[in-house]
Amino acid sequence: MAKSYDVIVIGAGPGGYIAAIRAAQNGMRVACIDAWRNRDGKHAFGGTCLNAGCIPSKALLESSELVHRARHEFSKHGITVSGLEVDVGAMQKRKATIVRQLTGGIAGLFKANKVEGLVGRGRLLADRKVEFTPESGEPEVLEARYVILASGSSPIELPVAPFDGEAIVDSWGALEFDEVPRRLGVIGAGIIGLELGSVWSRLGAEVVILEALDELLPAADRDIAKEAEKQFRRQGLTIHLGAKVTGARRTDKGVVVEYSGRDGAQTLEVDRLVVAVGRRPYTDGLLAEDCGIRLDERGFIPVDDGCRTRVKGVYAIGDCVRGPMLAHKASEEGVMAADLIAGEVAEVNYAVVPSVIYTAPEIAWVGKTEREVQESGRAYKTGSFPFVANGRAKALEQTAGMVKVVSAADDDEILGVHILGPMAGELIAEAVLAMEFSASTEDLQRTIHAHPTLAEALHEASLAADKRALNYPN
Amino acid sequence: MEIKVPALPESVTDATLVAWHKKPGDRVERDENLVDLETDKIVLEVPSPASGTLKEIKVQDGATVHAGDLIAILEEGEGEPAAEQPAGDAGAAAGTAAEAQPAAAEPAEAPARREGRGESAHKLSPSVRRLLEEHDLDASAVSGSGRDGRITKADVIDYLKTHDETTEREATREAPAEAPAPVAARQDRRVPMTRLRARIAERLVQAQQTAAMLTTFNEIDLSRVIDLRTRHREAFEKEHGVRLGFMSFFAKAAVEALRKFPEVNASIEGKDIVYHDYFDIGIAVSSERGLMVPVLRDVDAMSFADIEKAIETLGRKAREGTISMEELTGGTFTITNGGVFGSLLSTPILNPPQSAILGMHAIQQRPVVVDGEIVVRPMMYVALTYDHRIIDGREAVQFLVSIKQSLEDPGRLLLQF
Repeated sequence: MAKSYDVIVIGAGPGGYIAAIRAAQNGMRVACIDAWRNRDGKHAFGGTCLNAGCIPSKALLESSELVHRARHEFSKHGITVSGLEVDVGAMQKRKATIVRQLTGGIAGLFKANKVEGLVGRGRLLADRKVEFTPESGEPEVLEARYVILASGSSPIELPVAPFDGEAIVDSWGALEFDEVPRRLGVIGAGIIGLELGSVWSRLGAEVVILEALDELLPAADRDIAKEAEKQFRRQGLTIHLGAKVTGARRTDKGVVVEYSGRDGAQTLEVDRLVVAVGRRPYTDGLLAEDCGIRLDERGFIPVDDGCRTRVKGVYAIGDCVRGPMLAHKASEEGVMAADLIAGEVAEVNYAVVPSVIYTAPEIAWVGKTEREVQESGRAYKTGSFPFVANGRAKALEQTAGMVKVVSAADDDEILGVHILGPMAGELIAEAVLAMEFSASTEDLQRTIHAHPTLAEALHEASLAADKRALNYPN
Repeated sequence: MEIKVPALPESVTDATLVAWHKKPGDRVERDENLVDLETDKIVLEVPSPASGTLKEIKVQDGATVHAGDLIAILEEGEGEPAAEQPAGDAGAAAGTAAEAQPAAAEPAEAPARREGRGESAHKLSPSVRRLLEEHDLDASAVSGSGRDGRITKADVIDYLKTHDETTEREATREAPAEAPAPVAARQDRRVPMTRLRARIAERLVQAQQTAAMLTTFNEIDLSRVIDLRTRHREAFEKEHGVRLGFMSFFAKAAVEALRKFPEVNASIEGKDIVYHDYFDIGIAVSSERGLMVPVLRDVDAMSFADIEKAIETLGRKAREGTISMEELTGGTFTITNGGVFGSLLSTPILNPPQSAILGMHAIQQRPVVVDGEIVVRPMMYVALTYDHRIIDGREAVQFLVSIKQSLEDPGRLLLQF
C-alpha cells in the first residue's frame, strides 16, 4: 500500500464507492477506506444502502409482498393456495445472499477499476492527510491530493426509547428479525417506517405506526399521501398521526410504549419496537480537530453546490451533507466530485432528484408538490389519471393509486410528477428525464407510450392536465 | 436517392440553408446547383449528384443544417415531374378517409408536415415543433434555454410574446398617424445579420479581446516600384498573361520581412507560440457579402506572376461566391489594402489566430525631403497591427522598416536581404 494517492475516499456506501470508481476511471490513483462491520463482525463494502437499508429492505419487501399476493390475490386469478407456509429464516437467507453478492460485487468493481479498498477507519487530518487505522494494525498517515468524505448517516435514537438491539431496534434491527413479531410498534411513519411496517404486516404482524406529525409523508403531494394512507389502513396498518412518544419501557414480554395523541395519553404494548424517526449525518471519528472542517448545527459537513468543503481539495458527499438522504443523490454527488477533481464541468441537478417509497402500492415523485407550487404563487394546472382505468394495471390486479402531473399554466413546463401505484419507482424515471430536458406537458402528451403499459398512465395524466384525457372523463 | 449536406470544414459546425434553386417536381441535371448553404465564411453550393427529378425537399429555406443532414430526395432517371404525385397521394388518402372518420386524414398529412423541418426536427421536442410550425417560425430564430441549448416550449412562448408586443407597438404607433396631419412613420427596420456578417462581427470582437493589439506606422516611397512597373508592365503582361500590380511587390517584401522576424509569422495557441515554417499570406478582398481573405500558399516559392495570377483568380472567386472553405482558411499573415477605397491611414484589425496584419493605403503624391531637398514622391502610409503578446514593439517597427527598405530599393527583393 503506497503512502500517497490522487484521491482518498472515506466511506464505501453508494456515495463513496461510486466516487472512488469514477475517480479511477478519470485516471486517478484512488484508495477507498471503509469501516462497515456487519452483524457477523465481518467487513463488507456498500455501506448502509447495501447492508442495512435499500437492498435488504427491497428483498424483504418483495418476499413479503409475494406472501400477501398469494394469500389475497391469487384466488382472483383462480389460483387456490392451501397450506401456505412462510419460512422467515429462508427469506432472511435469500436477503443475505443478495446483499453478499452485491457487496462482493463492489469489491470486484474496485479490483476491475484499480481502486485500492482499505478496510478500516479513516480520519481527515490537516493538509489533506488521512489517518488510516486498519482492522488490525497500527494507524498510518496517507497523503492525498484530494479527499472525498462519504461517511453517510446513522439512525436517530430517541432518548425516550433508546436502542437495546433486541426489543427496541433501529431500521437495521427491524430488517434482521428472525421471526414475525406478533405485534410490532413503529415510531415514525416516514419512508423507512412505512416500508418496514409493510414488510412485517404482510408476514402476519399486527403493525401500529406512531407518527408525531399530523400529516403522513409531508414531503409528498397531498393527494398522493391521502390516497396512500387510505391504502395502508386498508392493508391493516394502524397509523396514529399526531402521536408523540413520551416513553418506552422494556418488559419481559416486549415493550410498553407511552405516547400522547389526539385522545390524550395512551399506552401500547408491543413485542418489538422499531424507531424510524430519521437519520442523522455520521461523522464520528471522521474529522481531526485541526482538519479545518466544522460541522453545521445539524451535524452536516457544510459544502457548496459542487460538494466542496471549505478546505481546498476536500469534498463531502451523500448523507453527511445537505440534501435528501437518498442513495442516488449520494452517487450523483460522488460522480460530480470525481469529475470536478478531474477538472471537468460537473453538476448535480437537485431539482429533479426522484424519491421512491417501496410500499405497495409504491410511491414515487419528482419535482414540486401541488402545495409547493401553490405557495410559490405560480399559476398552475394539474392532471390525474387513476390506475383503475389503466388496462395493464387491471391485468396485474394492481389498480390502487394514480399518476398526477403538476404543470405551469403560463408556459406548460412540467413542475412535478407524483405517482402512487404499481412500479411507481420505475415509472418516475420517464418524468425525471422529461424534467431534466425541461419538457412541457404537451411534450409528454405527444410522446408515444406503448400499450398496454403502466407508463400510459403518465401519458393520460399529462393529457388530463389540459382536460383532454382520452381514457377517463375530464 | 438522398441529397445530403456535404462535409463542412472543421471550424464550421453548421450552415444555414439559404435558398433552394429548384422545387419539388423540377427536373435537375447532374452537377446543377440545387441549393445554397451559407456558413460563417462562405456560401456553398450543393450540386446534384445525378440527373433526375427533385422529388421532395426535406429542409426549408432559412433552416439550420449540419454536415450529413438529409435535405432532399432526388428521383434519378427520366421520371415524370413529381408535381402530381404528392397531391395525388394526399388526394387518394383524403378520398378514402372521407368515408371513414375525418380523423384518419390527419396521418396522411401529418408526416408531410412534420418532415418539412428536416434533421433539426429531431433535436426539437414535439410541442416546440408544433409551435414553430403553427407560427411559421424557424428554430434558429428562438434561443434555447433548455439542456445543451435546446429550445423548450417556454422559449417559444416567450419569443412569441415579445414579438407580438413589438408588432402591437408598431400597430399602435401607426394608428395615431390618421388623426392630424399624416406624419411619416419613424420606424426602425430590423434586419437580422446575415450569418457571414454575424460571424465576422464575432471574430472581430474576439480578436480585440484576446490579443494585445497595437499598430505601428511607416511610409514608403514607391517611386522605384512604380518606375519598375511602368518600364516592364507590357512585357510582363505579354509574358505572363496577367497585370503586374503592387500586391506582388508587397507580398514578396512581406515574405522577406517575415523571414527576418519569425514572431510576426507565428500564432498563439493556448500557452504556446506556434512558429510556422511556411508563408501563407492572406490578401483581403471586399465582396458584397463582406470581407473575405483568400490565402496564397507558400508565397516564398511563388514568382511575381504566380502571385498576381493567384490574386486575380481568388479575388474573382470571392466576388462570385464560388470560393471554397479551404481557400479561406489557414494563413499566417494578412495584407489588406484600404487604399483602393481612398484610405490614407488606418489601423487594420488582426485576423485571428494570426499575430499581425499589414495595411496598405492610398498612394499620394506628397512633398518629402530627400538629401536635404524637397521633392514630390508617390508615398504610401503603411500600418502594421500586431499582437504585442508575442511581437515586441522593436520587432514590429523593424518589420515595417524592412518592408519599406525592400520596396524603396526593389533590388533587395532580388538579392533577398
